[in-house]
Amino acid sequence: MVEFLQFTLSGISFGMIYAAIALSLVLIWRGTRLLNFAQGGMAMFTTYIALEVIRHTGSYWAGFAVALAAGLVLGAAAELAVIRPTLGKPELNAVIVTIGLLILIEGVAGIMYGGQFRSFPAAFSVVGLKAGSTPLGVSRADVFVAAAVLAAALLLATGFRYTSVGLRMRAAAFNATVARLSGVRVARVITVGWALAGLLGALAGVLVSPSTFVYPNSMDSVFVLGFTAAVIGGLDSPAGAVVGGLLLGVALSYAGGYLGSQGSDLTALVALGILVVVLMFRPDGIFTAGRMRRV
Amino acid sequence: MSATGVRTQSTPRILGAALVTAVVVVFLSVKLGTFRDYQIAEIAIEVTAVAGLTVLTGLSGQISLGNGAFMAIGAYTTALLLLHFASWPFYAVLVAAAVVTAAAGAVVGMAAARLRGPYLAGATLLLSVALPSVANAYPGTFGGDQGLNVVFTAPGFLGVNFPLTRWQAWVCSAVALVTLVLLANLSRSRVGRNWRAVRDDEVAAALAGVNVARARVLAFVVSATCAGLAGALLAAVTALVAPGAFTITLSIALLTAAVIGGLGTLAGAVCGSLLIVLVPTYATDVATSHGLSTAVASNIPVAAYGVVLILVMLVFPQGIAGGLRWLLGLAGFSAVRARRPATAPGPAPPAGTAPPAGTAPPAGPPPAGPGPIGSGPASQHDALLARKGDTPESHEKEDPQ
Repeated sequence: MVEFLQFTLSGISFGMIYAAIALSLVLIWRGTRLLNFAQGGMAMFTTYIALEVIRHTGSYWAGFAVALAAGLVLGAAAELAVIRPTLGKPELNAVIVTIGLLILIEGVAGIMYGGQFRSFPAAFSVVGLKAGSTPLGVSRADVFVAAAVLAAALLLATGFRYTSVGLRMRAAAFNATVARLSGVRVARVITVGWALAGLLGALAGVLVSPSTFVYPNSMDSVFVLGFTAAVIGGLDSPAGAVVGGLLLGVALSYAGGYLGSQGSDLTALVALGILVVVLMFRPDGIFTAGRMRRV
Repeated sequence: MSATGVRTQSTPRILGAALVTAVVVVFLSVKLGTFRDYQIAEIAIEVTAVAGLTVLTGLSGQISLGNGAFMAIGAYTTALLLLHFASWPFYAVLVAAAVVTAAAGAVVGMAAARLRGPYLAGATLLLSVALPSVANAYPGTFGGDQGLNVVFTAPGFLGVNFPLTRWQAWVCSAVALVTLVLLANLSRSRVGRNWRAVRDDEVAAALAGVNVARARVLAFVVSATCAGLAGALLAAVTALVAPGAFTITLSIALLTAAVIGGLGTLAGAVCGSLLIVLVPTYATDVATSHGLSTAVASNIPVAAYGVVLILVMLVFPQGIAGGLRWLLGLAGFSAVRARRPATAPGPAPPAGTAPPAGTAPPAGPPPAGPGPIGSGPASQHDALLARKGDTPESHEKEDPQ
């Protein structure tokens, strides 16, 4: 029973990181109908920036803030520089452009920082917490991870609901043409969406790096699982992204915990199993209303 | 659009092109050294896999990021067969690998038949990540991280001094050419027309009597078989089958090659494969010859490759094959220009709901497109794979019945 609690709690902590990546993908998908394969690469790069800032200033929080700001800038810059020119071209072109961007970012990171693994500090103590005398399997740092992503998600949800920018973003995602006719600058809204996605990705990068280390490919597997979480939840639904991330995180934690060493080898297979089962019943994810197309 | 290029080729022309390519490959493999032989084999393997993927994604409209997994299945089948049945000739092993991956493709295709766009992309991407990890989980059968060794030798009648790499280049090129010829014929046949119909509008295709589910699964089977053959060849050329060869990068590179060459065209598959194999090698040569530090020299090709991908997609929206055709058109080759269908989306609803093959199709507008490629208005399709340019009238035009 104690084991079960430990696996659940640590699964929630990892799941929230997948949820952050999934949320960033959902933000971009709603605005541009595009999968951003560079999301993980951008997060990796902002984590390197955070590492540099922490090394020079000695302050974790300075690095944390700079990473988020860098994510914001990188997201907007990527959209303006390479994604906007693909508008109106075959839709897979934009996907390949994001793949090119991912490879470019990984190459630049390799040139600047080399390939070696670098450790990244955690925000708080990584010593396991205890309730009385039973260890909970999570540390203060893990609690911070879950809380930070939850706070970001709630802030986003509030922003979408109660601010005029949020209203414009929802309008543009709902129907770009109608939004444009009502005076929404859809192109600018899309840039804002990419910037926010970059920020969420940067947050995920900073939060996951204490356990994965930082290297040019460090975010690849996190990205794949975040993508999986977004697909499970439904790419149109921010709530689905969080639920998908949590579901995936907890399930993978059980698999790793109960199946032993073979379980950690089969992480991706377990994720695939969950994905297949979910998509069998909900081909458009849990939270997306399916569209019937039948003769 | 460039699928037209494939369609208008007659069988003698396809066979002639294949024959000329075969002669060129033999000539090059004799003239050039061992390393170039290896590159020829590498390109042929890439072409085999990418040609299958371009049929799946470009013709039937299903995106797959999982063809690396099928390559892994083909490679492990080859390695296990050669390990346990050493007396089997290689062509028998190839056939067995093709059959096994075709079966795997049928299973995945049936599971994927309800999925669309990014959901299909996500499921297949995870498949390509998950499958190689099985090898790690069962090291007794699959050799774990170290992988399985493959013994592949040149046949005795070529003499003892015949370089193995040349034989590998020949075998790989032969398989690639046969695959291309078969796919070109398949794409011109009723099967290919059904795929295009399903890609353009599923509901309309079903109304016209196409069995949508069967067409989609069949496309997966064909694509998986090609990938399986490529995997078998890879096993023979690298002499080692290990999970590290079948990463997420491989599957992504296959899709990249198909799109960057020109999606849905076999010429595009060849162009894309050449680019994918040669650009990193060339950039590495340049970087190392300038005496840069290893971290820089090994990563400059990576960065350059990324830049090339972005630039090609922005400059040539229809891929390299489409870009070449456009350049030839500019240079005034009217024959090339005449094959290009109109770029503006035509009257889609009447074409989509056209009666089934057999009734006389209405005369479409002339196929010569006056504007540059990609000048038509943006497609309103929300499907990930909706492509403009391949207009419905080009399908009616080639209905032979």
